[in-house]
Amino acid sequence: MSIEARNVTKAFGAFTALRDVSLEVRTGELVALLGPSGSGKTTLLRIIAGLEVPDRGSILFHGEDATDRRVQDRRVGFVFQHYALFRHMSVFENVAFGLRVMPRRARPTRGEIRARVRRLLSLVQLDWLADRYPSQLSGGQRQRVALARALAVEPKVLLLDEPFGALDAKVRQELRRWLRRLHGEINVTGVLVTHDQEEALEVADRVVVMNAGRIEQVGTPEEVFHHPATEFVMNFLGHVNVFHGRVEGDKAFFGALELEYPNGASTGSLAVRGFVRPHDLEIDLQPGETTLVEGQIAHVNAAGPQVKVELATVMGETIHVEITQERYRALGLTCGQRAFVRPREIKVFLGGPPA
Amino acid sequence: MTSASISTLPRPPAQRATAEPALVRWLLTAVAIGFLALFLFLPLAAVFGQALERGLGAYVAALRDHDAWAAIRLTLITAAIVVPLNLVFGLAMAWAVAKFEFRGKSVLITLIDLPFAVSPVVSGLIYVLLFGLQGWFGPWLKAHDIQIIFAVPGIVLATLFVTCPLVARELIPLMQAQGTEEEEAAVVLGARGWQTFFRVTLPNIKWGLLYGVILCNARAMGEFGAVSVVSGHIRGLTNTMTLHVEILYNEYNFVGAFAVASLLTLLALLTLGAKSLVEWQTRRRPAESGSAAPDAAAMGPLTPVPLQPVSEKTRNEH
Repeated sequence: MSIEARNVTKAFGAFTALRDVSLEVRTGELVALLGPSGSGKTTLLRIIAGLEVPDRGSILFHGEDATDRRVQDRRVGFVFQHYALFRHMSVFENVAFGLRVMPRRARPTRGEIRARVRRLLSLVQLDWLADRYPSQLSGGQRQRVALARALAVEPKVLLLDEPFGALDAKVRQELRRWLRRLHGEINVTGVLVTHDQEEALEVADRVVVMNAGRIEQVGTPEEVFHHPATEFVMNFLGHVNVFHGRVEGDKAFFGALELEYPNGASTGSLAVRGFVRPHDLEIDLQPGETTLVEGQIAHVNAAGPQVKVELATVMGETIHVEITQERYRALGLTCGQRAFVRPREIKVFLGGPPA
Repeated sequence: MTSASISTLPRPPAQRATAEPALVRWLLTAVAIGFLALFLFLPLAAVFGQALERGLGAYVAALRDHDAWAAIRLTLITAAIVVPLNLVFGLAMAWAVAKFEFRGKSVLITLIDLPFAVSPVVSGLIYVLLFGLQGWFGPWLKAHDIQIIFAVPGIVLATLFVTCPLVARELIPLMQAQGTEEEEAAVVLGARGWQTFFRVTLPNIKWGLLYGVILCNARAMGEFGAVSVVSGHIRGLTNTMTLHVEILYNEYNFVGAFAVASLLTLLALLTLGAKSLVEWQTRRRPAESGSAAPDAAAMGPLTPVPLQPVSEKTRNEH
């Protein structure tokens, strides 16, 4: 089932959580709403579920207006950030809840309920915990029970609010892959809220980057990562180094470095900012034609697939560079050494230093 | 020689650093026990001692007295009406305050505490002022031949007023700690309002609710001040147990007075027993307490309901 939000606006008192947001999620897709806290991503998710009512705008399920449809009738699966398991019910009863509260006509028989709950629990690999209570489970187990409970009513839409937020890094990794696989197995349209860019990029088919109640960019993980539409997206999806420069005609200048800037402003000189990710910078021991800046090696962290190098410029700025282990060994870098930084790719956005 | 003797010295007990000398410990314990005996156990024993002073026969006879029996019946009837009403009111009130945001909520929370803040005598007088013969609705009530003051309805109303914060006060902190996520989860899964209430909300608060009901019942049966004002002290008709005790005592009928008083005391002991049982249950099943504040459910029942500080606290909170 496809989901569409049209011009949705929502305010809580003086705080505007969503400003005229429109979004389309295609059938069977898994979309991540990514943004910092307060960006409105959870509010959008809750409005889709029917737990909040938009001030303006509408929600469409499968092309039909569902804005006034009651939560109970939307048939969405919702996984809460803190799982919200029924603490007085066993794992089995938690999963069975959605089936037990169905109207008598639609309700499956006891035997069918039992069979379906068993099937769901084995799907989330927890059939051996059916008689436990939520307080006796670990965070990752609770998460999977919450998912099984949401799936019990066979929803066409699965909404997940920071599903892995409260878990430790390793469990999070496993559950992410598992969710990705699960989404492939069951035919459901998914929307996932997260503030973790890594999670969004890894799990989702498409990523919706949100900021201050607005959508900044919608695209595949590759698009948003490699072709960020705005400074915010660039900043939010990983580390960046910022360089100040200017644009004149079809040329961009960063210090002594001159670059082609084909879609540049035609007249005058404009202040611009150049964004470069650490892995798009290279370190040389000698100055070259494309050298952007010179600095002193301040810190080296060689633990990991890439070597993270911090350089201090004469202006007192810190530049983060990531180079390969081979390059690091070839250069033989030591702290305090002078080095030259050269960009492989630089993203230029108009505008001076931030206010 | 010296070093050898030091190494064989017994190690001082581990708690030595934090404990007072034995004499101080014994003294303090003795003071505490003496205090308890003098002010709690002695009066308790005295009630039963006085009641049974002339033997078991006189005790039973005093309780089988027509007026005493009428007073017991009236007390039971009052409690039977007041407790269920307060149960419903308290639930509705706590539900509204804990699960919804609305204008005037802080005023409402302060108002719940009004019966605690005001003297019971004043609460009684309010009803006389409203429904008495010279009161606001007095002429109308008289014209329609409805009697409230100096009759059972007045007693029920006064008791209702005095006991109405008990259940709500018990539930509000518990329900606030539990939040609304479980209810939301239930609704998303397709549960209707009543299903959500009976399957999710009620099971989560049942021990707190039971505790509130026990307190409410104890207060309803033991209330004196407010009831005294509206009752009119008509023997065999509008005397509750507490009022009956007073009348008998004033008539120097000590056996009668203490016999009825012993029933009230038994009720108090029963209440304490039930209260301990509920507290034990809440501690035994921590799964039912609020996940946001795991101690909330255990703390709630343990804390006696303070009079003034509660309203002050709520004013600061909201």
